[in-house]
Parts: sequence; C-alpha cells; structure tokens
Amino acid sequence: MFALFENPRLRGGIHAEEHKSETSPLSIVTDFPLPKKLYIPVQQHVGKPAEPVVKVGEKVLKGQLLAYSQGTISAPVHAPTSGVIADVKDFPAPHPSALPIRTVVIESDGKEQWVELIVPEDPFQLEPEEICQRVGAAGVVGLGGAVFPSAVKLSLGRKNKIHTLLINAGECEPYLTCDDRLMQERAEQIVAGIRLMLRGMDAPKALVGIEDNKPEAFAAMQAASLNFANIVVAQVPTRYPMGWDRQMLRYLTGQEIPADGRATDIGVVVHNVATAFAVYQAICLGQPLISRVVTVSGAAVAKPRNVEVPIGTLMSEVLAFCGLEKSKMARLVMGGPMMGDALPIAEVPVVKACNGILALAAADIDEPPVQPCIRCSSCVTACPVGLLPLEMASRIKANQLDSAVDLGLKDCISCGSCSYVCPSNIPLVHYFKFASGELVKRQQAEHKSEQTKRLIEDRNERMERARLEAEAEALRAQEARAARLAAAQQAQQAPAEETV
Amino acid sequence: MSNKPISGPHVAATRRVDQIMRLVIIALAPATACGVLLFGWPALYLLAVTVLSAMAFEGLCLKMKGVAAMPYLRDGSAIVTGLLVAMTLPPWAPWWIGLVGSALAIVLGKHVYGGLGQNLFNPAMLARVALLISFPIEMTTWANVSPLLTGPGVIDSLAITFGGLENPDAVTGATTLGWVKTEFSQNRLLPGSLIEYSGLLAFLGWERGSLGETSSVLLLAGGIWLMRQGVIKWHIPVSLLLSIFVMSAVFHTWDSQHYMGPWVHLNSGAVMLVAFFIATDYVTSPNTPLGQVIFGAGCGLLIFVIRSWGGYPEGTGFAILLMNAVTPLIDHYIRPRIYGRYRNGKPLDISNT
Repeated sequence: MFALFENPRLRGGIHAEEHKSETSPLSIVTDFPLPKKLYIPVQQHVGKPAEPVVKVGEKVLKGQLLAYSQGTISAPVHAPTSGVIADVKDFPAPHPSALPIRTVVIESDGKEQWVELIVPEDPFQLEPEEICQRVGAAGVVGLGGAVFPSAVKLSLGRKNKIHTLLINAGECEPYLTCDDRLMQERAEQIVAGIRLMLRGMDAPKALVGIEDNKPEAFAAMQAASLNFANIVVAQVPTRYPMGWDRQMLRYLTGQEIPADGRATDIGVVVHNVATAFAVYQAICLGQPLISRVVTVSGAAVAKPRNVEVPIGTLMSEVLAFCGLEKSKMARLVMGGPMMGDALPIAEVPVVKACNGILALAAADIDEPPVQPCIRCSSCVTACPVGLLPLEMASRIKANQLDSAVDLGLKDCISCGSCSYVCPSNIPLVHYFKFASGELVKRQQAEHKSEQTKRLIEDRNERMERARLEAEAEALRAQEARAARLAAAQQAQQAPAEETV
Repeated sequence: MSNKPISGPHVAATRRVDQIMRLVIIALAPATACGVLLFGWPALYLLAVTVLSAMAFEGLCLKMKGVAAMPYLRDGSAIVTGLLVAMTLPPWAPWWIGLVGSALAIVLGKHVYGGLGQNLFNPAMLARVALLISFPIEMTTWANVSPLLTGPGVIDSLAITFGGLENPDAVTGATTLGWVKTEFSQNRLLPGSLIEYSGLLAFLGWERGSLGETSSVLLLAGGIWLMRQGVIKWHIPVSLLLSIFVMSAVFHTWDSQHYMGPWVHLNSGAVMLVAFFIATDYVTSPNTPLGQVIFGAGCGLLIFVIRSWGGYPEGTGFAILLMNAVTPLIDHYIRPRIYGRYRNGKPLDISNT
C-alpha cells in the first residue's frame, strides 16, 4: 500500500499461493526403485554438449564417464547406475518442444556397482585449482535451474577477487521444496560444500539467503554453520522472485549489479544451495552428479513428496511412483509454476536442471479469457526489475519492437510476476519472450543479409579482378602480337633493304 | 493435456477486472445511499436512469463494434461509469440529464477512443463538464436536503424527475462553493458569507450538492477501504488532498477574507469523490508511483486555482480533464529506474567503487 516508502532494496515481486506445505514436512524419499532404463542426454548444461565416449553394448559402472565435456563452457555426464549401454540415439528432451537430442541409454543391471572413487584424505587441504578441476570433472552444474557449469564459475571467481559467495537458498517458486528439505536433512554436507567452494574461489566469506517461510531449514543451516564464522546464514522475506540472484543480492548487501555486468564485477559469485551439496559429493565422496532431489507435486499427484532420483529416469516413472492420477493432470510442468516449462509428454528424462515435476490439475491453471488492459499498473508494481510491462506489451502488440527495447525489454528476466498479477489475464511474459525471439530472428536475418552482401561484393570484386586480368592479358597478347608483327615486318623489310 | 505450447506462469492471481469493478461499486455504495436518503425518490430515479442508460449505451457501442457485449457488460465498468456520472449530477436533475450524461460518458468518453482501457479522459468527468457547459441551469439547480421519508413521495417524485420542477426557487438553493462565489460578486467577503456554514453537517453530507458528493465522511471511508483492499494506491489521493490543503492553508493565512480555509475546501463539493474514485481511475492516470504523485498534486493545484480564481465555483471536473491530458506526458518522462541502470537508462558505473 505504501509503495513509495518500501525498502528500496526490495522492489516489486508477488506472493503467490505457496503450496509448499504438501511436501515440506516429508523427508526426502531415497529408495526410489532403480528404473530398468535410464536416458541421459549429453546436453544438460549451458554450453557445448558433451561428447559420448561409450559404445553401444559396452558395460559401464555407476559413476563412470559417459560423455566428456567439450570446450571451456561445458560439463561431462556420468552413468547414474551400472549396466550396459543399450543405445546412443536421439530422444525427446525435457523441453516445451520435446524435440529429440542426443541421449545415452543405459540398461541397468541392478547391481549399482560403483567405479573406483577418488576421495582425498583431507578435502579442505586441496589446492583451489584442484577443487575446481574435480568439480568440473564431476559434472556439477548450477542446480537452481540455470545449469551453468559450476567449475567455470568457481574459476571465474578465483580470477576476479571475489569478496562474497552468495548461496541462493531462496527457493521462491511455489510448490518446490527440494532445497528446503535438502537444507533440513543435509545441512552439514551443504556447509562442507560451501567451505569447499570458498576455498576453490579463494573467497573470504559466504552469505546464505533463505526465505523466511523455511524456518526449519534456516535453523538447520544456522546450526551447521555455527563453527564457521565466515558463513553467515540470513533470512530474506518471502516474496517471489527472491530467488532471482540480483534481487537477493540487493536485499542482502544493498549492492546492485550493473545492467551490462556480472555479479563478479562487484566481487560476488552466486551459487545455488543444491549445487553446494553436489560440490560436497564431488569432492568429499568423489561422486559425480548422477542423481538429484526433485519435488513431485501438484493436485494430480496423490502422494506429493521430494524424491531423490537418478538422472535419466523418465518423468512418467517418477510420477507413477508418486501416485499420478492421469485423468486429473491438465498440465505437466518441469520446474516451478512461475518460470517452469510445460512439457507435452511425460516420457522425458529427469535432467540436472529438473528441480520439480508438477502435475497440475485443471483448477490450478484455470485460465479466464484475456480482457483489454485497464492500465491498472499492477504489473508496474509487481515488476522486480522496474519495467513498464503494460507499455512494453502494447508496443510489441503494435510491432514496435525497437520502442519496446527502449523501454527495457532486454532487462526483462521473464519471472512472470506481471502475468501473474494481471487482472485482465494478459500473457505479458509471453509477449516479451516472443519479442526477444523476434529480435534474435531479426538479428540473424540482418547477419545473414550482411554475409550475403559481403559475399556478393567479394564475388563482384573477384569478377572485376578477373575481367581486368583478362583485359590486361588481352592487351598484353595484342601488344605481343603487334610486336611480333612489327618484328616480322621489320624482318621482311630488312632483307629488302639489303637487296636495294 | 493439450499439445499447444504454453508459456509460464502456470498460476495466476485471482483478482480480475470484474472483481475490481465490484469493489469500487461497493466502496461507492454508502455515499450513493446517503445521497438517495438525503434527496429522496427523485435522486433514486435519476440514479436508475443514468446507470441503466450507461449499460444500454455500452451494449449498443459493443454491438456496433461487432463484439459480443455480454463479457464486457459483465465486467461492470459501464455500471461504475454510470454510477459516477449519476453521483456528480444535481440530485433533482431531469431524467434526460442523466441519459445525456451517460451517452457522453460511454459513447464520447469511452468507445470513441476504442473502449475499455483506451480512453484519454475520465468518462464521468467528461460527461459532467460537457453537461455543465451545455445545460448550466439544470446542472446548477441544487435541491434542498429533503430526505426520502419526509420529502416528495414516490409519485410526486416521478413528476420531478420526468416532468421537471414546477417552482424551483422554493425547493432549491446554492451549494456552499456557489454561494461563496456569488457573495464575492456582491462584494460580501468571507467570514460573513460562511456564517450559516456548518463544517460538521458538510462532513456528514447534510447540505446541498451533487447526488453522491455531499458526504465527505462516507466517500473518505469508502476510499480508505478501497485502499486497504489494494484496489487503489495512496499516491494520488494523498497528494491531491495535500496539495489542496497546502494551497488553501497558505492563501487563507495570507488573506482570510478572500480565500476559504483548507477544511472548507476539503469538505466541499467533489473533492473527496475525485480524490479517491475519479483521479485514481487506472486508465487515465499515470503508471508509476512518482507520476501518480505529480498527477495528484497537479489535480489538487488546479482544483484550488479554478475554485479561487476561475469563473466556476467548482473546478474538479476541469482539473481532472486537464491532468488527464497531461498523463501521457507524465508517463513519457517519469519511468521507474531499471535494475542495474541509472534513471537515464545507462548501466551503473562501478569503476570507481
């Protein structure tokens, strides 16, 4: 109500119905039955896809490398269990399009035989470079959903003189509780992971931000970090999108990252809390990232809960395990309901990015018809970035993309707060995503036409050169002929003169 | 499950346009009821004519536009417009004033611009100003307070609304603002001309005035309730009321014979209605908190200027329309600061920190 006097560190945001209580009191289920077949896409991260090193028919052990990382920004993938490589083929990806991507298929032998794990004697004595290297080799990526290779971020942090490691434990999306449970049950390990990350980055202190709707997780993390003065656990208000790293950073430190910069520019690196746990596993246990905790929830699931599942498990199997009532499911969402992707089919694998599988019923996603904008400016109030969603949408509707860019289209983080609050149910984020895609398309077209222009110019130049050369050649030939002729004439004349 | 690609968010808040309009109607209800109680059956007839004709014009315009009328009629925006028009009319005005007012508001004020959300000016204020200029007699004939039970009966009232007043002078008079203005023209100055004025009665609504504008307390209560419901924000009402208060306080202190005090200003005429229900109209006010403060302060300033030095005793309608015209300009220049950028849009410079 008194927006002008609000905390300047906290702008916009919404408070959606949480739906967290269904899963937050239940412990993580760790005895998920091992699936017969696992489908492991070689691209589960930002950057270049990994390159398979296994052949069909080959026997692999749990934790064995399946595909190695290519280039600087990439991550390897490992076998989630022991078994035989059944296939390396294209398989539908967990993406709104469900387009197939390269996937390694493992037929499990049920033995869960591990490869030999390399466990350091004292992980906290490892050299920072060594930590980064091991984290990279374990295929650890950002588990908050962005799936950026964590080792790259750690190295970047070491090179950039980081003063704070911000651990994002906001988990602001409704329904999701996997980070909450992880903190409640495995706080010690998470804190060990944070300490390893600090060492890996040569950073002096870590700041953990937890939304205040998770008091148990906060208490557990505080207890676990009691002996480490350089790890501060803080509560942040429950307001979506608090998990937007820049929002949390501004709230906790008052600092803002420049629009054209990264967190490292102001001496901060942000990692997700689940990533810290994966780092612990990678270094202290030597285990690569081959499983993750997933929140399975939604009104169409009879037994909503958090399940630790091997990467590559089909979502349909996870849903069946949690008692999916198929007839009730109106929409399947990977991730949270605000920014998650709607999936057309459930026969897609769980990947590293998958923090939630939501089977939403029709009542949850009730979509009334779109009405005209009444300029109520709820979207302006809700926008955490400080944009004018209603203005941007009206420009995009009129196909004035440049004008929308001037209004800050490229600063939009697609958090969906504006669409959420809109009383006219205008799909504002959809407009912005469309416009961003359209801009990329336009850029590509421009690039293409420039390339074409360059090629044509090159060709013309080449033709011109060839023509000039041909002309010069002709000229030379003509001159030569003329010279020869003249010489012949002279030769003819000379004897004649002699005879005179 | 459909295979149509769907973009998030997959959940939405539950407050919709029709709910917002319903809340506005609820907030206006006490002041409207008070108007009907104080000015009797003619007021009720006028109210009914205005609201019903507003809905009829809305339906007609939608039909001409070629869209299904029902979904739009159900959103309640036409009822709100009709209600606001009725509330700003003299309570015993003839039926056709209400009808013409609704036509002006809905057809000229709203649909000519493209319908809901597209209009530049507040429809109710556009109608009020157009009526005031076109029909000055009807629009300034203010009935005495004549409550529902002791005033003209059901049948007599039909004659008043649909047949016209027989002997206006006996049952009508001037509003406070109009009275003061007339007294000035007779060279009678302030403390004297306000001798019969009772601040308390004006606050409660027991005075001559527009149908739904007399009771400051009920409008104030409705407005505060609407704020607590989160339908309107505080920026426009507070800045509007505050600027009137400051202006009138300054001038009243300087020359109390020519300028009314701040309480008389805030308590009179349409100020409360305008501050909470008209100036806060989403469509015709700026988008940003700072823009809204500027807008509200501008409205308040203009209201004071017109009342003090203008030709009309009351200036709210003109003030709102003028500021409505400025709204696109305010929205063009006043924009929120984007995260990680300066107000001018340049990225934050951190090289020197």
